[in-house]
Amino acid sequence: MKKFPLKDTDLVKDNPEPTAPVKERKVSLWSLATTFTKVGMFTLGGGYAMIPLIDREVVQKRHWLESDEFYDILAIAQSAPGLLAVNISIFAGYRVRGNKGSIAATIGTCLPSFLIILAIAIFFAGYRDNIYVEKIFKGIRPVVVALIAVPVVDMIQKSHLNIFRALLAVGTAAAIIFLKISPVYILLVFFTCFFFIRYVKWHGKKNSEKEDGV
Amino acid sequence: MIFLELFWTFFVIGIFSFGGGYAMLSLIQSKVVTEHAWITAEQFTDIVAISQATPGPVGINTATYMGYTVTHNLGYSEWACIGGSALASLAVVLPSFVIVLSICWLYQKVRKSNLFASLMKDIRPLIIGMIAAAAGILVTPQNFFHWSSWLLLAGAFVSCKFLKISPIWVILAGGLIGLAIY
Repeated sequence: MKKFPLKDTDLVKDNPEPTAPVKERKVSLWSLATTFTKVGMFTLGGGYAMIPLIDREVVQKRHWLESDEFYDILAIAQSAPGLLAVNISIFAGYRVRGNKGSIAATIGTCLPSFLIILAIAIFFAGYRDNIYVEKIFKGIRPVVVALIAVPVVDMIQKSHLNIFRALLAVGTAAAIIFLKISPVYILLVFFTCFFFIRYVKWHGKKNSEKEDGV
Repeated sequence: MIFLELFWTFFVIGIFSFGGGYAMLSLIQSKVVTEHAWITAEQFTDIVAISQATPGPVGINTATYMGYTVTHNLGYSEWACIGGSALASLAVVLPSFVIVLSICWLYQKVRKSNLFASLMKDIRPLIIGMIAAAAGILVTPQNFFHWSSWLLLAGAFVSCKFLKISPIWVILAGGLIGLAIY
């Protein structure tokens, strides 16, 4: 996680001013929103592409967060449900200006996408049945399937699945595709099992510790 | 009460979207295409393509576009469609506020607990399965109507995975090839 290219962090540590508590250097909500607008607008391909940009704008240029703090935020934002970019904005905005800050940063991140997509949606709604548009999309549709398959392969390579975990992945995919079960129910079943097993293990450990003590 | 339903649907999607934008696709698909049949599988594919080729977080792009298209398909006026897209975007972000801000308050505790870390490790196979399903469901006869569609799939996969070409260029190339050969 910490292996990210950090060029200016050592400089930041030497300079006393940027490391002053954020609360003392009041950041305006407007500059918070516009900074995240910049991040939102120049990110192509979603969340992960956004990380270096946020690192540069928020940590290295403006020193709103320290780099350690940024990586903690990143780890939590990645595992919490929701979109990575939105989670980071909420978290970073909160650290800088509290609740209002988190709203300002999130609006900043989302607004450009919202407006651009809206313009495209209104435009394409009129060209739905155009034969050229249809031809273009006939070429694009298989490409989309490939683009979604790429992160699947990436994740399989990165996460060293054992047989049980691999079966879990295959089972999840099969249940959604063939049985048409909503992922929501699959996740709910997973959470129930997870916390039940954890509880049983924790309970067992506590009991055995007791017995060892006696 | 389509707007209420739309809001609720995307709110639930926001709560359960572990694993970011791609995992969210699977949820949106199962709710919007399979369960409610608000849009067709082809429309879904097109929206995903445009969302990926447009700047900004893919999940926000998709939610905005879905909100617009769902209301548009049901025959509402232009302003109602804009309202629908705003509603879907807001609904998908709202749960994150509650969840992330409560994590902010519990920051220190969450950071130290290995329960949280192991939950995230164990959920990974499910996320992989969900994203794989999002791809699998899109392999429809309509999306793959010709044998050349499979060549496009293979070409796009190799370009993106091994040649590391940006998805935007791959999507644009797919569009140009489609325009030329179909």
